Amino acid sequence: MPTTRSTPTAVMLTRADVEEFGRELDKIRDEVMASRGEDDARYIRGLIATQRKLEMAGRVLLFASWLPPAWAAGTAALAVSKILENMEIGHNVLHGQWDWMRDPKIHSATWEWDTASPADQWKHSHNLVHHTWTNVLGKDRDIGYSAMRVHPEQKWHPIYLAQPLYNALLALFFEYGIAIYDVELERIPTGDKSLKEALGQLRAVAAKVRRQIIKDYVAFPLLAGPCFLPVLLGNLTANLTRNVWAHTVIFCGHFPEGAEVFTEEQIQDETRGQWYLRQLLGSCNIDGGPLLHLMSGNLSHQIEHHLFPDMPSNRYAEIAPRVRALCERFGLPYNSGSLARQTASVWKRILRLSLPGPGRPRQKETAPPVEEVQAAV
Amino acid sequence: MTAPSTTTSDIASRWVRRRLASAARWLTTPVRPDDYLRLVNPLWSVEELCGRVEAVRPETADAVTLVIRPGRGWVPHRPGQWVRIGVDIDGVRHWRTYSLSSTPRRPDGRITITVKAVPDGLVSGHLVRRAEPGMIIGLGRPEGEFVLPEPPPTRVLFLTAGSGITPVMAMLDSLFAYGAAGSAGLGDADGARKGTAPRAKPLDVVLVHSAPTAEDVIFGRRLRELAAEFSNLRLYERHTRTDGRLKPTDLADLCPDWTERAAWVCGPAQMLDEITAHWSGPVDQLHVERFRPARPAAVGGTGGLVRFTRSRREVDADGDTPLLTVGEETGVLMPSGCRMGICYGCLARLSSGRVRDLRTGRIHGEEGDLIQTCVSAAAGPVEIEL
Repeated sequence: MPTTRSTPTAVMLTRADVEEFGRELDKIRDEVMASRGEDDARYIRGLIATQRKLEMAGRVLLFASWLPPAWAAGTAALAVSKILENMEIGHNVLHGQWDWMRDPKIHSATWEWDTASPADQWKHSHNLVHHTWTNVLGKDRDIGYSAMRVHPEQKWHPIYLAQPLYNALLALFFEYGIAIYDVELERIPTGDKSLKEALGQLRAVAAKVRRQIIKDYVAFPLLAGPCFLPVLLGNLTANLTRNVWAHTVIFCGHFPEGAEVFTEEQIQDETRGQWYLRQLLGSCNIDGGPLLHLMSGNLSHQIEHHLFPDMPSNRYAEIAPRVRALCERFGLPYNSGSLARQTASVWKRILRLSLPGPGRPRQKETAPPVEEVQAAV
Repeated sequence: MTAPSTTTSDIASRWVRRRLASAARWLTTPVRPDDYLRLVNPLWSVEELCGRVEAVRPETADAVTLVIRPGRGWVPHRPGQWVRIGVDIDGVRHWRTYSLSSTPRRPDGRITITVKAVPDGLVSGHLVRRAEPGMIIGLGRPEGEFVLPEPPPTRVLFLTAGSGITPVMAMLDSLFAYGAAGSAGLGDADGARKGTAPRAKPLDVVLVHSAPTAEDVIFGRRLRELAAEFSNLRLYERHTRTDGRLKPTDLADLCPDWTERAAWVCGPAQMLDEITAHWSGPVDQLHVERFRPARPAAVGGTGGLVRFTRSRREVDADGDTPLLTVGEETGVLMPSGCRMGICYGCLARLSSGRVRDLRTGRIHGEEGDLIQTCVSAAAGPVEIEL
């Protein structure tokens, strides 16, 4: 019989405790899922309408961008609209969080979003690979996005010396980074993926990027006539702002100090309770108010999102205290910190791990002391 | 003095509109101009046809008529056809089919459906009790072959019961009330208005309608008015609570030549079966419309025959095996993902039947739903569009 899985945090729960923890989470999930209704539908429809109106307002304001305040307001409106569209709307719709409404216009199977990455490629690399294999070394490609060393367990290579620099570049051009990342180029030399398949995906990316670029950098600037340049710069600023913000929020999800990684052997024959536990230990929240939650697409509730990826995101805030209390009851860590703290922690790691060495003591200060109980199963 | 249906300027303006629409798509990518138009007015959408309820008229204690203004792109129906109606209840869209009870000749372009609340009917109950002006509903395209031919036959029998009157009301209005407004052909009935000399081969229509009591007759007043106005429309109301259910033998007394007429029959399944069995006239003169029977409650865990419509494969599945596995074992190319219900990579369209969510035991599914095959099992016979 398998005994208790020992994780790097040395979280030692009895098997019975882990399953009890899982059952409690199932209960929360069932309750929320059963209560989805008109209010939730109104939330997402209202949000989509608001985002589209904000986008239109931003574009109209930019047509008057010979006036500096109009440029600033238009660019800000467009940036906020793009952030909402990608994060609270697109990411969550593509997770199938709103499929229960049976609205073909707000459905994971039909949604396409305002970013370089085509929705179907994203659904594979994110929903399937990342959410199934969360923080499993060699399986979850989101660990450092296959290009960075963000956990000491990753082997060091001289190329990582440059990672602070290319992380900054990645932040600026995040949407293109994600689009290329989804193609999984590194799997071609190993034979895991055929060149033909990758080329097909690249063509799809190119087709989408072309439309995206023509929209923001050709069509709207041309429509603005004499305001060609300010409109182009406004659109560029909005896109870059969205990129940097998305990069910041997303890097706070699994890379701050305290987030765990796992090996494939550790997750063999994983039960539902153990799966929940891995999602919890691998994810980090950001503390903040409703505005931060909205603008982060509720990835500030990364833990809740990873436990229940298909739960409507507007419900994460309501269950977060219950999940936190449950963690306390079982003596489990619940990694949460302010945006500044989590971001500083991520950058500290990226800098430290660009150099060789394990990079951190084995015992982390964020993990609360846990009673070690030897499994007797 | 009718203009030709297409002129050069028509073609030019259509061309310009098409170019404009495709140019606009470059501005709205990755979504479509339609997605922004819908924000301003849902009725402007052509991609997702919908309608606005403008009035709700009670017909009986448990039936209402909804007067609907259809959105852009509505194709006029033929009297007797039905339409799919999409209604959001508790945030979830439900589609049901209802007969159109209005004639396409209505001058205001509105359409109506008439809904009777059926026991435990989620959508019908919602529409009867909760519908109000301003409500937006999804609309399908008019469908169905339970229609009058053009020109209509001269001797007609309508045999209806309960809400089965709804498609026939559309036909009656086309033949009589708005018939006078039309040109030749369908519904030229003005010759029969009382006090006017009848024309050659006037219409001769018999309507036999059953309802529990006089108050339960949907469109009761309207039918009686029409019958009073037009001598060539004979109306027999059968109040089953006092007179008992109408049997085919009763019909021979009420309308001796009933099997010599072109007949349109709409009502409960039992009535349709009896009439079909007793029909001795030409088969193509008997038209029946079956309203879909209430969905039978599926028993959890019983499984059923699973048909993959595009791959044309069939297999008997038990009620505990995910449809994903069932399909794969049958050799259907199934989209798949995490196999635990989180990634939505396995969504497939349900053409008919109900499925059981293996995680919760909940039985659900309506025609057209996208279901997660990895966590759904058959609950009775199921058709999947794969």
